[in-house]
Amino acid sequence: MTSTTLPASSLTNPAQAPAADSQDFTPRYWLFSLPAVLIIASVIVFPWLFTLYMSTQDWKIGGGQEFVGLQNFVELLRDPRFIESMGHTFYYTVLAVVLPILFGTAAALVFHREFPFRGLLRTIFVMPMMATPVAVALVWTMMFHPQLGVLNYLLSLVGIGPQAWVYSPNTVIPTLILVEVWHWTPLVMLIVLGGLAGLPREPYESALIDGANAWHMFRHITLPLVWPFIMVAIVIRTIDALKAFDTIFVITQGGPGTSSETLNIFLYLQAFQFYKIGYASAVVVIFFVIIIMLSLLLLYARQKSKWNA
Amino acid sequence: MTEILKPTRRGLLRGAAALGATGAIASPLVLREARAQAAFNWKRLSGQSIDVLLVKNPRSDLFQAAEKEFTELTGIKVSSEQVPEQQQRQKAVIEFASGKPSFDVSAISLHVQKRMAAKGKWFADLSPMIKDASLTSPDFNFEDFGAGAVAYARQADGALDTLPYFVDYWMVYYNKELFDAKGVAYPKSMDEMAVAAAKLHDPAKGVAGFVSRGLKNANVPVWACLLLGQGVETTSADGKLLTDTPEAIWAGELYKKLNKDTGPVGSVGFNWNECQTTFMQGRAAMWLDGIGFATPLEDPSKSRIVGKVGYGVTPPGPKAHHAGMFGDGIGISRGSAKKEAAWLYIQFITNKVQQLAMLKAGAGAPARSSAYSDTATIEASKFGKQYFDCLLQSAKIARAALPQIVPVTEFRDVFGVGLTNMIGGADVAAELKKATEAFAPVLAKSEQG
Repeated sequence: MTSTTLPASSLTNPAQAPAADSQDFTPRYWLFSLPAVLIIASVIVFPWLFTLYMSTQDWKIGGGQEFVGLQNFVELLRDPRFIESMGHTFYYTVLAVVLPILFGTAAALVFHREFPFRGLLRTIFVMPMMATPVAVALVWTMMFHPQLGVLNYLLSLVGIGPQAWVYSPNTVIPTLILVEVWHWTPLVMLIVLGGLAGLPREPYESALIDGANAWHMFRHITLPLVWPFIMVAIVIRTIDALKAFDTIFVITQGGPGTSSETLNIFLYLQAFQFYKIGYASAVVVIFFVIIIMLSLLLLYARQKSKWNA
Repeated sequence: MTEILKPTRRGLLRGAAALGATGAIASPLVLREARAQAAFNWKRLSGQSIDVLLVKNPRSDLFQAAEKEFTELTGIKVSSEQVPEQQQRQKAVIEFASGKPSFDVSAISLHVQKRMAAKGKWFADLSPMIKDASLTSPDFNFEDFGAGAVAYARQADGALDTLPYFVDYWMVYYNKELFDAKGVAYPKSMDEMAVAAAKLHDPAKGVAGFVSRGLKNANVPVWACLLLGQGVETTSADGKLLTDTPEAIWAGELYKKLNKDTGPVGSVGFNWNECQTTFMQGRAAMWLDGIGFATPLEDPSKSRIVGKVGYGVTPPGPKAHHAGMFGDGIGISRGSAKKEAAWLYIQFITNKVQQLAMLKAGAGAPARSSAYSDTATIEASKFGKQYFDCLLQSAKIARAALPQIVPVTEFRDVFGVGLTNMIGGADVAAELKKATEAFAPVLAKSEQG
C-alpha cells in the first residue's frame, strides 16, 4: 500500500478552487476578435459611413466638393426618373420572385417522384443555372431580335405574329422576367427538392388511411412542411432580384427609353456615366434602407414559418 | 536580251552613266530624307518604358501589333492595355481626376471627352513638341493630318492636347438591290430620304425603308446629324442649347418620321449592332450611321448583301450639307514623367504607314490625308471606289455633331429618352422642350468650378 501526499493547495475547499475561472478574461478575448473587427470595420463599416458622408456632398468626379446636407435626398425624391426606377425595381422583384418560386416548387414536386431518366432530366433542368449571366443575356438578346430572332420565328410557325419583346416599353420587363425565370427556377427547384427529400413519411401514411387525396396531402401536409425551405428560396430570390443588374444592362441598358431602368441601372448611370458621386451615394443610402426593411420583413416571415415541432 | 547576257565594256559604261543620271535627278529627295532620318535620333530614350491606355477596337489591335517594331526602332518598351469603351472612359476619368494616372498615353473619344479633358487638364499640349525638331521626326509631317480632324481635336484655347488618329463620318449605307427593285434613286436631300424610305418600306416582305439607332443615348447622334442639315449644332458657339429651336424640332420630326413610319419593328431599342444586323440581312433599305461598318457588311460569312451595298454621303438638309463627325484622339498625360518617350510613341503609331494600315484593314478612317491618296490600297480594297469617294466627300463637309461640353453622356441620356419617346409617338416639340429644361441646369452647373 502506498500513500500519496497531495500538495496543500489541492486540498482547498472546492468552492474556492476555481478562483481562476472567476477571473475576467474578457479584455484578453477581445484581442482574438480584433482582426475580424478590423476587417469588418474597414470593408463594411467604413465604406458605409463614407457613403453616408458622400450622400451629403455635392461632388462630381473631376469637380469640386461642397456640403449640401440633405439636398441630394430632396432632389432624388423630386426626380421622376428615380421614382420611376423604384417602381420598375419593385415590379421586377415581385415577378422575379413569385414566378420562379411557383415554377420551381412545381418542378421540385415533379422531380421528387420516381420516373425513368429522372436523374438525367433533373441535370438538364438545372443547367441554365450554371450559365454565366452575361453570356445568357447576350444569347437572349439575339433571340429577342424582332426581325431575326429565333423566338419570333418559332411564333410564326404556329401562326402568331412577331412580338417586340425587349424592344417595346410595354413588354420589356415581362420579357426580362422570362430570362430570369429560365435562369433561376432551377435554383428554387433544388432548394425545395432538398426540403421534400427530408419530409417524414408518417403524416402521408396517416392521411392515406384517413382517405385524403393528393391535393389534400399537398395542401395540408407537403406545403406546410416544405414552407420553411420555400421561405429560404424567397429570401435568396428577393436578394438576387433586388440586386439584378447584369442581365438588364446587357439586354436593354434600362431601355427602351427608361422603361426597364431599375434602381441599380439608375445608380450606375449617376455614378459611372454622369460621375455624380454625391447624388449616387444618396441613391445607395435610400436603397440600403429599403433593403433593410425588406430583409427584416422576410426574416420575420421566415421565423414564423419554422416548424412548430 | 543577248546584250544583257553578254556584257560589253561599252554597254557597262552606258549603264553606269544612266544610273548616275537617275541618281543625280533623284538625289536631292533621297538625300534630304536620308539626312533627316539620320539627324533624328529615335534611340535617344532607349531603355525607358511607357504605359498606354487604349480603347478595345480594331485600331488598338493595330497599335499593339506595331509595338514590337516601335521598340526595335526606339528601345522604348510599351505596356499597353485595351479596355472596352465604356470602362475605358470611366477609367480615364477616375485616373485623371486622381491627378496621378497610371498611364503615360491615353486614347479618348473626342466626341465625348474632349471638353472634359480640357477642363480637367488631362493632357499636355502637343503643339510645342510638334514644333520641336529635336523631338519630332522630320518625316512626321503634321500638315498631312486633315484640317477638319485637327480642328476637331484642338481645344477652344488653341491647345492641341490630343492628336486625332481616327475620324468617323456619318453616312448612309443603302441596299442597291432594293433601290433598283423599286426604281428609287439615292436621295438628294434629307426630305427626299424620308420619301425614298416610304417607297422602300415593305413590312409584308419584312423590309424596312430605313433603320437607325432608337436606343436611348445611342440615338442622339442620328438626330444631331439630321440637325446639321439645318446648318446648326445642338449648342451655339457660346455654349447655349439650341435643342428646342424650330431647326431642332424639324430634325426631331424627321427622326420620328424615319424611325416610326419606315423603321423596323422594335427599332426603339436598337443600337448600332441591331441596325447592322437588320441591314446586312437585307431587312432595311437604308441605314444612317458611322462609316466604319463596311467591313462586316462586305464579309460573306456575316452579310447577305455583299456587293449590293451602296455608300452614300449624308444627303443635304434644307439649309446646309454636312456629315456628322466623331473621332478619337491620343494624348500624353500631363503628369507623365516620360512625355518625350510618349511623344515618340504617338508619332510612330500615327505615322503614314500605320494610318495606311488602318485604312487597308478597314479599321476606320485615318486622320492623315496621305492615306487616301494611296491609289494602290484603294484599288485593292474590297469596299470599292464608291466607299472611298463617300469617305473623301464626307471629309470635306464634316462637322462635329455632338456638343463639345463636359456632360456629353448626360446630354445623350436626357435627349435620348425624348427621342425614344418620339418613336413611340410622343410630340416632338414637347419632348425637346422637356429635355432642354431638364438638361439646361446640368449644363450650367458643368461649367462652374
